[in-house]
Amino acid sequence: MSWDAPATLDLAREHGLSEDEYGRIVTELGRVPNLTELGIFAALWSEHCSYKSSRAYFKRFPTAGPRVVQGPGENAGVVDLGRGWVCVFKMESHNHPSFIEPYQGAATGVGGILRDVFTMGARPVMLLDSLRFGDLDAPRMRHLVDGVVRGIGDYGNCVGVPTVGGEVDVHPGYNGNILVNAMCVGVARADRIFYGRASGPGNRVVYLGSKTGRDGIHGATMASDVFDEAAAAKRPTVQVGDPFTEKLLIECCLELMESGVVVGIQDMGAAGLTSSAFEMASRAGCGLALDLSLVPARERGMTPYELMLSESQERMLLVATPDNVGAVLAICRRWGLDAVEIGSVVAEPEVVATFAGRPAFRLPVAPLVDDAPRYERPATPPVPAAAVTLPPLHDRDLAADLRALLASPVFASARPIWEQYDHSVGASTVVGPGGDAALQLVPGTRIGLAATTDGNAVACSLDPFHGAAHGVAEAVRNLACVGAEPVGVTDCLNFGSPENPAVMGQFVAAVDGLAEACRAFEVPVVSGNVSFYNETSGSAIPPTPTVGMVGVVPELRQRPRTRWQVGDTVYLLGPVEGELGGSRYLQVALGLEAGPVPPVEYEAQRHTAAAVRDLVRLGLAAAKDLSDGGLAVAAVEMSGGTVGCRLTLPAGVSPVRTLFGEWSGAFLLATPAAFEPALERACEGLALTRLGVAGGAKMTVVVGRKHVVEEPIADLAALREGSLAWLSEA
Amino acid sequence: MTKAGSGVRGPGSGNDMRPAGATGSARKRVAVVIFPGSNCDRDALAAVELVGGDAVPVWHQSADLGGCGAVILPGGFSYGDYLRAGAMAAHSPVMGAVRRHANAGGAVLGICNGFQMLLEIGLLPGAMLMNRTLRFICRDVHLRVERDDVPLLNHLRRGQVLTLPIAHKEGNWFAPAEVVRVVEAEGAVALRYCDERGEVGSAANPNGAINAVAGLVNRDGNVLGMMPHPERRVGALIGGLDGVELIRSLVEAA
Repeated sequence: MSWDAPATLDLAREHGLSEDEYGRIVTELGRVPNLTELGIFAALWSEHCSYKSSRAYFKRFPTAGPRVVQGPGENAGVVDLGRGWVCVFKMESHNHPSFIEPYQGAATGVGGILRDVFTMGARPVMLLDSLRFGDLDAPRMRHLVDGVVRGIGDYGNCVGVPTVGGEVDVHPGYNGNILVNAMCVGVARADRIFYGRASGPGNRVVYLGSKTGRDGIHGATMASDVFDEAAAAKRPTVQVGDPFTEKLLIECCLELMESGVVVGIQDMGAAGLTSSAFEMASRAGCGLALDLSLVPARERGMTPYELMLSESQERMLLVATPDNVGAVLAICRRWGLDAVEIGSVVAEPEVVATFAGRPAFRLPVAPLVDDAPRYERPATPPVPAAAVTLPPLHDRDLAADLRALLASPVFASARPIWEQYDHSVGASTVVGPGGDAALQLVPGTRIGLAATTDGNAVACSLDPFHGAAHGVAEAVRNLACVGAEPVGVTDCLNFGSPENPAVMGQFVAAVDGLAEACRAFEVPVVSGNVSFYNETSGSAIPPTPTVGMVGVVPELRQRPRTRWQVGDTVYLLGPVEGELGGSRYLQVALGLEAGPVPPVEYEAQRHTAAAVRDLVRLGLAAAKDLSDGGLAVAAVEMSGGTVGCRLTLPAGVSPVRTLFGEWSGAFLLATPAAFEPALERACEGLALTRLGVAGGAKMTVVVGRKHVVEEPIADLAALREGSLAWLSEA
Repeated sequence: MTKAGSGVRGPGSGNDMRPAGATGSARKRVAVVIFPGSNCDRDALAAVELVGGDAVPVWHQSADLGGCGAVILPGGFSYGDYLRAGAMAAHSPVMGAVRRHANAGGAVLGICNGFQMLLEIGLLPGAMLMNRTLRFICRDVHLRVERDDVPLLNHLRRGQVLTLPIAHKEGNWFAPAEVVRVVEAEGAVALRYCDERGEVGSAANPNGAINAVAGLVNRDGNVLGMMPHPERRVGALIGGLDGVELIRSLVEAA
């Protein structure tokens, strides 16, 4: 069928459009679209590009604040760091492609998020990845884990941006849909930020980067659909990444922007040339006139339909004044990149394209972007899990339970993953992977830039609202452990099909939970991404809102310690007991995903986090927040597997809830004895409990006169190394 | 000669924090070659400046080294490393100048991908295989200094143990047995992977390199290639100062 043939309703359905949507297209245009136009509508109106089921809820997020330079709506959010510096960041999912083809899916996920950041004039300085896999013994799962890790590594390592953080979790709920959420943080001078705007009629449109091939056509529509058994047949819709070209693009684009020869610039991400052309036009209130015959093509015979919808990677669209086109092309040539003038900006808000001397399409901008369909889909509010009667816990062997937790894949050390990522390139990594949050120096300054990703899908499936809120609280605590105060959030909302009212109910509750927590902690949401349709054969993933949070240390003087040292005094800051509802303890030790997830105690958590921030900045304490696995697992982490401890629980508390309870928002602190008075003064008015001292080769926990845990610390730490050890082998 | 480096004050120091004694024409000029795909060039430039050198970026198509007295071939993925790590870079225009500079006794430091290039152009012996695990490895390693009698290792002591990061997939140094014999006989091994006490052994060898070779120096002592990254360890906040003396030795040799 020809690219300019009239497109029927049947074709629209094949493109994932509904009958209503097809009717709207015909009404908007006053005619039947041709096939290319239909493809453009289908891509831009896809869930992936239009956020048609989710956009209505974004206004619930707090997006303003004194540090916000650019909130949602651009390629990435921008937040002020002080002293003339800003950070630019965003997180994005690449779930569907990574399940179909893990290596390329994950690699191009990294490539895409990098482009979203450097397209704004920022040099990318850190990458983080939030990964969710299924049962490691499920079919294909190890292949998926290995492919994703290699894909992220090969791409990030080559472009030379350190991969410094993230998290990984495993749950059978991801057996049919793994999650790959990649986050990038960049830095720029505040007055050097660029926007994706095609402004100034008469200005030229330049195509830059890789040639356009037939790969990734329909990627956006594929990511807006559920999987069935035929998922493998969708492999051709996965793009192929070339990190070397990306590296050249980074340097070339930063040089172009630094030289002041660019008016606006945007990468060609999902829906390729289509999205960059229409979005740039939309933001500027202008239009574009393109000659598609000029688009560099990888093979002969490519049609306008293919040229507009290809998702070939490592391509940018930029706008320059006619005077500057020569300079633009010269810089691109120097970097060995293809750059071609393919059209110009026009005043009329429409995109008009010709191909081989004849009209290819003519489409108004607004209906495709700003006025794309919006749905408030039926949503059934989730019923939060209620309290359950637990089996008796008073006679549990707590040492055995701790061992069970540590040996579970849920608590697997991610070292075999992050040792495959270059996390020190850039010579600015202060705290790399394996800590609570990553911490970097903004190059050439003493400003500390911190980032973390957090989310707990078990808690979110029990209670999407409170589970999501706890993700924000945990991120705040993680930043506090490296002395950083939160300045902005990006989120990646991973859910099943929005056409299922139960899933939509989870989504709305999670958005509300995130919004409440971001308000309470005064952290604005400046960018984000929604990934729906993460379901296979009718089975949806657990609701997984991932929080990416960025923090700042205005003047970094101390390298935060992440472990305790021999002789340190160990304190617990915050409530002594946690709650077992929704805890990892129930999940792993008892095989129960049950119980209520308590609300976040915002007021108390704000104060403890502030105190921890100060202690860490002054070098008075090493801090570790209590989250998955509670105090017991936090203690093993702080030991580094080498320095044991002797901790005595206060009289009258529940040992199980103290050691394994979660959600309390507490921190474990370790300080040299000489700093005890200073630490205690800094924590005045807060719940501070002295637990014991670090030292020795064992982890000993004393309740009354009984040693409820007495295990060699090296053995405990080694238990965590088993689950993913196969990833460091040939 | 200015005793550069005495004013090192940690990471992130911009030009404003350059040691006071190393100003103007007294500063030694060190070229850092930028290949398409280099990604440690900026770190190398910053490290040279930090110890008081005048760091000069040199483009891969340049036919000369801009009159610099020393040159760094930085890490990264030059030309994408598509054929073989360092193989394409070996044929770039600037490499003629690097070779002439080396043959005339000029100081050359190849780090990671730069070391791979030095093997490709034959300034150092052997070749790099994939790591024993066939995977990229990024971690801190201990290194035993084997030579301190050449200018490029001037500020180090034989037997000293350094801690520096490695970040590579192809760092498993290999050479035929007769070449290894010559290398050892001539004392060409500059750095060896070891444990924290300086003991060499399989457990302390991250990538399977023969005889735990992490760095080699040529017969004249003016060409040093090493897989670990000294330019990433030039500040207390970023993990330590163990890279400073290597960079300082190079700058002084310029």
